[in-house]
Amino acid sequence: MRLLTVLRTPMGVVASIILVLVLLTAIVAPLLWNDAAEARNTANLNSGPSAEHPLGTDVLGRDLLLRTLVATRLTVLLALGATGVALGLGILFGAAPVLLGHRAGRLAVSAVNIAVAFPGLLLALVLALILGVGELSAMWAIGIAGAPSFARLCQTLVASVAERDYIAAARLAGKSRFRILLRHVLPNIAEPLIVNATIAAGAALLAFAGLSFLGLGVQSPSYDWGRMMMEGLDRIYLNPIAALAPGVAVVIAGLAFNLMGEALARSLSTPRIPVAWGMRPRRPYPQKAEERGDGEPADHLAGPGHADSSEPAGPAAYPEAVLTLRDLRVSLPGHLGCLTPVRGISLRIAPGEAVGIVGESGSGKSLTALAAAQLVEEPLAVRAATLKFCGADLMLRPQSTRDRSRYQRLLGRSLAVVFQDPMTSFNPTMRIGAQLVEGMRFHDGVERSWAQARAVDRLGAVGIEEPERRAAMYPHEFSGGMRQRAMIAMGLMGDPQLIIADEPTTALDVTVQKQVLELLDEVRSASSVALMLISHDIAVVRQVCDRIAVMYGGRIVEELPADRLAEQAQHPYTRALIAAVPDMNTDLDEPLATIPGRPVDLSQRSAGCPFAPRCPLATQRCHEQDPALIPAGDSGGAHRVACWHPVVDAGRAALAEADRSAGEPASAEGSELS
Amino acid sequence: MTELRIEKLTVRYGRGPSVHTAADEVSLTVPASQTLGLVGESGSGKSTVARAAAGLVSADSGTIKLGGKPLPRRGLRPVQMIFQDPRSSLDPRMSIGESIAECLPSRFSRSARRSEISRLLDMVHLDPTRRGARPPELSGGQLQRVAIARVLAARPAVVVADEITSALDVSVQGAVLNLVRELQTELGLSLLFISHNLAVVRYVASQVAVMRTGRILEAGPADQVFHRPQHSYTRQLLDAVPDTLRSTP
Repeated sequence: MRLLTVLRTPMGVVASIILVLVLLTAIVAPLLWNDAAEARNTANLNSGPSAEHPLGTDVLGRDLLLRTLVATRLTVLLALGATGVALGLGILFGAAPVLLGHRAGRLAVSAVNIAVAFPGLLLALVLALILGVGELSAMWAIGIAGAPSFARLCQTLVASVAERDYIAAARLAGKSRFRILLRHVLPNIAEPLIVNATIAAGAALLAFAGLSFLGLGVQSPSYDWGRMMMEGLDRIYLNPIAALAPGVAVVIAGLAFNLMGEALARSLSTPRIPVAWGMRPRRPYPQKAEERGDGEPADHLAGPGHADSSEPAGPAAYPEAVLTLRDLRVSLPGHLGCLTPVRGISLRIAPGEAVGIVGESGSGKSLTALAAAQLVEEPLAVRAATLKFCGADLMLRPQSTRDRSRYQRLLGRSLAVVFQDPMTSFNPTMRIGAQLVEGMRFHDGVERSWAQARAVDRLGAVGIEEPERRAAMYPHEFSGGMRQRAMIAMGLMGDPQLIIADEPTTALDVTVQKQVLELLDEVRSASSVALMLISHDIAVVRQVCDRIAVMYGGRIVEELPADRLAEQAQHPYTRALIAAVPDMNTDLDEPLATIPGRPVDLSQRSAGCPFAPRCPLATQRCHEQDPALIPAGDSGGAHRVACWHPVVDAGRAALAEADRSAGEPASAEGSELS
Repeated sequence: MTELRIEKLTVRYGRGPSVHTAADEVSLTVPASQTLGLVGESGSGKSTVARAAAGLVSADSGTIKLGGKPLPRRGLRPVQMIFQDPRSSLDPRMSIGESIAECLPSRFSRSARRSEISRLLDMVHLDPTRRGARPPELSGGQLQRVAIARVLAARPAVVVADEITSALDVSVQGAVLNLVRELQTELGLSLLFISHNLAVVRYVASQVAVMRTGRILEAGPADQVFHRPQHSYTRQLLDAVPDTLRSTP
């Protein structure tokens, strides 16, 4: 059970121990000492601490230590009872919109909104007076007073679950509202409710002590800690311990509930894989220059990816590339060892070149882009033999603040990043124009009026009509495609050498997608900006890019000029990807080609080629040795492939197709290759 | 199988000045045992039509008739729906077997339920022994298969599939589309298949309707709409489809 993960944190352990002790006392103490705590001793009234009575005795000569211990049960029970009342009423009102439908539900929501406005403790006092003196009425009073905040919490939680499609599916299955609430809604909101109820129990305990102390709660001859404090108060100057001991008990028990709640909240909101935080520096400058180059990180799952740390391909005519990556690795230190989502990427992008990176989710393509843009944050760590952008070595740790700000200026001016969902990249409360201006002023310290004029100019340049009027609008007033244009305009505020676009069209419709891709292409040819386009859709990438790198399992498995993609792709994975996309000429009589099996699981990587388990051509060798990314045949180095059995000619391609349709892996080891 | 006929369906959201007409006098027919592809961009009202057809959204005007009769309002619904994101459409706290069982008609006995769930999982090419698995243990493509099995459990007259492959990787998309086509022909399902991807719709649908800003612009046999589009917007959509990847034979 997920709640038990709380025991993995020190705070959780401490809280659990105290809570268990409190609950044990509540169960055991009355069984053992109930009579002894009631025993009167007229010879020893109101005595101070002594060997026989460590905390002294009360007005009737009863032992205060035993009474404090025995009172634990009533105190805790009443606090839990009040919490139960609050929770029950809260769920009832919170779930009203689901149970009663929209109109009646809205009424319940308004009622809760009004009730939340009253201060809880005041409400409890008033209710206690109305309901009459006594422990049960006090319990109801505190419970009812706590209900509005639970109802509000429930409403929020229920609303977030009610939008889920599985609720719609259950309605289509003809299930009643009550059943949907019990089976689908409550289990999915239970965790936050339990956390909050635990914290609320601590608060209820305190509130109850308060009411009893005022004489509104527990009445004689029953006693709880609050009542004991009231009784001890009369003689606070003679025997302070008589009032303080139950007070300390209230603090300990209240703290136990609160700490437990906090610990639960923390352990439930953190990811399930506990991560060793703080092992690496925040910025990706893990080593000093002279320590670098010895390649292997100390993780055992990295595999032999170093094989392709040779100079990356790319037009040799450009002496200085915009971006050079050599043996780039991104790793996630964890308690099961190091996971390495990106292992040994080497890539070079020349000025004005468009390079596409293609792969399915989990292939490491986005992380590669983020690492290149210096946007990877802890706990992920970036290492590379080379990571150069516009001639600057980004793996060098800047020594002074001046160096650091020089780096930031370089990145801010020369690198533009476009993300998949522009809605989350813009601040919803700021006008578009102001957001464009802000970045520019921060990096370059230019005049505001100049920057504003530039923002309008750039919005016009990305094809936004009436740029002046649009600059004064907020992000939500833009359509998805328009926001993506504005995002590109923001990148063009400086003087970018490279635009990194991470799935820039995935959230867009076909027609808008086409426009955005055309815009990226225009921008590139107009100002010879290099482009790194990341997508899961090989068709999208091919439209825009000169060169395509196909990623699988954190590695580049094939890199080739875009015009060779259709006919000369050699990696079985690349060919399978191409075959899997239906287009307007797909044969309707045949089933679509598929890639059997599942994408790589990072935690279960073997030594061999990552694609081997899904590959129709895989042999023993593929499962044992990871192939290096090496130049393919006749390409002169522009086409590289990492495969033991590349599909080189039409005959072989036909063989691969035949194998795939037969559904069985080729068994014969390709002896001509080994 | 049965025909689903939507006539002059109008659905509005909001009230007063902020009212938004998501579907504006939409008329569509899903012929018995055939697939109608509904194409359009986000915000065109496709999903509203889907939800109205399944009875999840109430219409402001217009009629939806199944085999000539109005849609029933309670019990196991004859129009079932497959959603875009399988991670959202399956309860993460329930095993996939329990999720499927929820849609089984009540006439099944306890033991019959078990074998029926196995049969359905097998039908969508999932290992029946995984019935106890919970959604987080499965991949997106596998979950979409579970969602399809759940819909089939209800013995639907019509199935509405709303962008069922757009949350999946291309490598998985093909497998799900193959399954949909296979089941459609095998079981003779009437299918309303909604997507913004024309190539995908072309692959599964025999009839196609094009929708924009809440209205149907063009409808007809798939072959006709894709090869001799009448409306300029349809032509625009067709132009935006990326070129073919494979070498032409």
